[in-house]
Amino acid sequence: MTKMHIKLNVNGEPKEVLAEPRELLIHTLREQLNITGPHIGCETTHCGACTVEMNGKSVKSCTVFAAQADGAEITTIEGLGTPDALHVLQQAFREHHGLQCGFCTPGMITRAHRLLQENSNPTEEEVRFGMSGNLCRCTGYQNIVKSILAAAAEMNAIKEAAE
Amino acid sequence: MNDMAAPTREERTAKLKGLGCSRKRVEDVRFTQGKGNYVDDVKLPGMLHGDFVRSPYAHARVKSINTEAAMAVPGVLAVLTAKDLEPLSLHWMPTLAGDKQMVLADGKVLFQGQEVAFVVAENRYAAADGIAAVEVEYEELPVLTDPFEALQSDVVLREDLEAGADGAHGPRKHHNHIFLWEEGDEAATNQAIDSAEVVAEEMVYYHRTHPCPLETCGTVASMDKVNGKLTVWGTFQAPHVVRTVASLLSGIEEHNIRVISPDIGGGFGNKVGVYPGYVCAIVASIVTGKPVKWIENRMDNLMATAFARDYWMKGRISATKDGKITGLHCHVTADHGAFDACADPTKFPAGFFHICTGSYDIPVAYVGVDGVYTNKAPGGVAYRCSFRVTEAAYFIERMIEVLAIELGMDAAELRRINFIRKDQFPYQSALGWEYDSGDYHTAWDKALKAVGYDDLRKEQAERVEAFKRGETRKLLGIGLTHFTEIVGAGPVKNCDILGMGMFDSCEIRIHPTGSAIARLGTISQGQGHATTFAQILASEIGIPADSITIEEGDTDTAPYGLGTYGSRSTPVAGAATAMAGRKIRAKAQMIAAYLLEVHDDDVEWDVDRFVVKGAPERFKTMAEIAYAAYNQAIPGVEPGLEAVSYYDPPNMTYPFGAYICVMEIDVDTGQHEIRQFYALDDCGTRINPMVIEGQVHGGLTEALAIAMGQEIAYDEIGNVKTGTFMDFFLPTAWETPNYTTDYTETPSPHHPIGAKGVGESPNVGGVPAFSNAVHDAFRAFGLRQSHMPHDQWRIWKTAQQLGLHG
Repeated sequence: MTKMHIKLNVNGEPKEVLAEPRELLIHTLREQLNITGPHIGCETTHCGACTVEMNGKSVKSCTVFAAQADGAEITTIEGLGTPDALHVLQQAFREHHGLQCGFCTPGMITRAHRLLQENSNPTEEEVRFGMSGNLCRCTGYQNIVKSILAAAAEMNAIKEAAE
Repeated sequence: MNDMAAPTREERTAKLKGLGCSRKRVEDVRFTQGKGNYVDDVKLPGMLHGDFVRSPYAHARVKSINTEAAMAVPGVLAVLTAKDLEPLSLHWMPTLAGDKQMVLADGKVLFQGQEVAFVVAENRYAAADGIAAVEVEYEELPVLTDPFEALQSDVVLREDLEAGADGAHGPRKHHNHIFLWEEGDEAATNQAIDSAEVVAEEMVYYHRTHPCPLETCGTVASMDKVNGKLTVWGTFQAPHVVRTVASLLSGIEEHNIRVISPDIGGGFGNKVGVYPGYVCAIVASIVTGKPVKWIENRMDNLMATAFARDYWMKGRISATKDGKITGLHCHVTADHGAFDACADPTKFPAGFFHICTGSYDIPVAYVGVDGVYTNKAPGGVAYRCSFRVTEAAYFIERMIEVLAIELGMDAAELRRINFIRKDQFPYQSALGWEYDSGDYHTAWDKALKAVGYDDLRKEQAERVEAFKRGETRKLLGIGLTHFTEIVGAGPVKNCDILGMGMFDSCEIRIHPTGSAIARLGTISQGQGHATTFAQILASEIGIPADSITIEEGDTDTAPYGLGTYGSRSTPVAGAATAMAGRKIRAKAQMIAAYLLEVHDDDVEWDVDRFVVKGAPERFKTMAEIAYAAYNQAIPGVEPGLEAVSYYDPPNMTYPFGAYICVMEIDVDTGQHEIRQFYALDDCGTRINPMVIEGQVHGGLTEALAIAMGQEIAYDEIGNVKTGTFMDFFLPTAWETPNYTTDYTETPSPHHPIGAKGVGESPNVGGVPAFSNAVHDAFRAFGLRQSHMPHDQWRIWKTAQQLGLHG
């Protein structure tokens, strides 16, 4: 199958790959670019383990063709914080025990990051609705919701202090 | 060293972050950054991808398999069929339950999704193309999906089994029968029930479901032909057992096999068994000389690897007219699917189902379980429970409710008058268990008080009246459960898997500068072992948990152990950790006494040091002792500070809990709303309250799924109707309620630190609590029993059958 030349920007770095038209973005990220934070849990857009940000929107990269991401800005969990400076959400998930096996966590945090861009001060109900595209089998969500609400509060406090 | 500003005892204890501390998890640092290392993240030079051609039929003869076109697909390197595996005797493999199972279809297929051929290709896309090009000719055969029908049918499912010959667990009474397993005194039980004042009978069905961890099963097998070593990464809940099985099956000596369980994305029992994908990846790596990866997709996972439950439990329970239970009889028809691939200790083909007398003092009982073959996927794994314990808990907690109806009694009171009393422990159950400890009345009273039980009942009665007057269309259900688990398998004298005793292990090395590494025979799948086992050790040896590395899952480095399932890690490996820690301390005591120039008996342990008795200013800290162990010649003491413990538990542990679910049900739509869920757990000594609470939340949510919507359903010709997340219910954050957790603490008398295990309690106790709430809502209108899952359609239908739609 003829391969396509695809250019995309992942976590602020320009990348170029050759991919068959049928190649899924999650496979491009994981297997060509070695970005293994996003995971594959279902391949049918239900579980959200593969969630990344594409041009400012949360997408499930298991049902996006790499070709559709040509020219796109992609952010994955790897782009949110650094080992020396974790993102507030990453810290909040640890602080409030918002994860167990960790398999859903990259998608969960990446989605929460976008959610808080869209709504910086969500209610518990809004968090639960906004996160309903991401499945977790371990935590029962209670501490995930807690983590996200705590992160929102902290991010708002940081913003206020800066203003 | 003895300066005046020395930290207090409390400060030294707090610094350890030992038992009872809600220590933040060390695992989370990498997981939150996307730096976990799961099996699909393993990438080796030249690695190939393998995947299966699967049967579309539930029962069919395989007339031919043509791989020619597949081999012509670009990137396809090999297609394995049973014929290729037969010379290696690997076309069949033994199951954990004493049966055997096809690795690849040998002449026929017995369930939809069964593995027929294994395509090996350069990447997963080429493998998919190859799979599409394999031509398989099938001849359909009659399909049996109902275990009762299977026991009557002339259709022989397992033609490979010799007619009339005994199975692994005794005589088989029909060609589709696997075993009859019995416990208790049936004659005495029948007599007690037949002569009782009140008897309740019911068929309780616990439907087929699936553990469904978010990460599916997978493996990477790499045969290095240069040095003759096979390395296998995989989603293995029991890596050491996998190594032994791989050696026995392949003939490769065990020292030449290294099994590695990397980070595992949830297990819940799904990853205990040995699956054809593992065998085929290993063979393919041996054949091609290259690493081969196999990662199951979600449909394969739900269709083919390790279902759970599917127990038809016919119960009879008897009591005096004032509610004292006099006998319990249970007969189970157990649908095991096409092969008996249950993951139970060898001598227990129905697991620990005979814990089904639950929390109650029942003088006489009997259990009989008939295992049956059908055209469904093999398995019968312990989905977040000790072996068949959730079936047992659901059975007894439903029977109690039905008996309460029969007696016209309050179900909370019926439980209370039948609980095993605190002074009866250790308690010998009628079905042969020795319950180690418990205080059920205290837990029950605390739970009822916490939810305001009497007021809830009043509200419920008022609601029923209002409903009858036409003022509301919503009913209120109060779901009660008091469960007793049996976990921590188990004593080697009666618990083994494929002959390997179910001990577990811990090996500790203290480094010269006072930090340590401990390796265990278990493997975390999200439970947080790296965090909590370090806490056990911190309290035992006085080294801060933050200075202890916990490592599991690499069979080249970890001591042999039976793995993590059935809530056995804390009861067994946790005990080994404490015992190995005590060996360290015993040696440290000798070193400390030498350094302090006193007799061994003249020093005593104090948090993180040995002190001279009566002279607390004279002491040696564990860090000082560790250094001395490596740099000083101590007469009669070997250098170094290491210990290993293999722990054979003297008994199981018996965690228990009291759960109450308050549920609103809309009679017209069948929708439910969980108003309150209160969960009190007693898991003995609590190692990390934060981790316990997290496990309870998660287990309750899995229970919610099972009780309220999740099932593996088949149509009459054996098609799996729930093979994707579109049909297989997993609750999202939107459907999941908030839970209130609570606890009592009754330490296990035989466990070194008194811990009992907790990860599975919420699944075991949660399912009956949710289900009982549904039943209780309709109790006033005559409902005795309706089968799970209680999805919207079934609840609506129940309401309709009770004539509530007017």
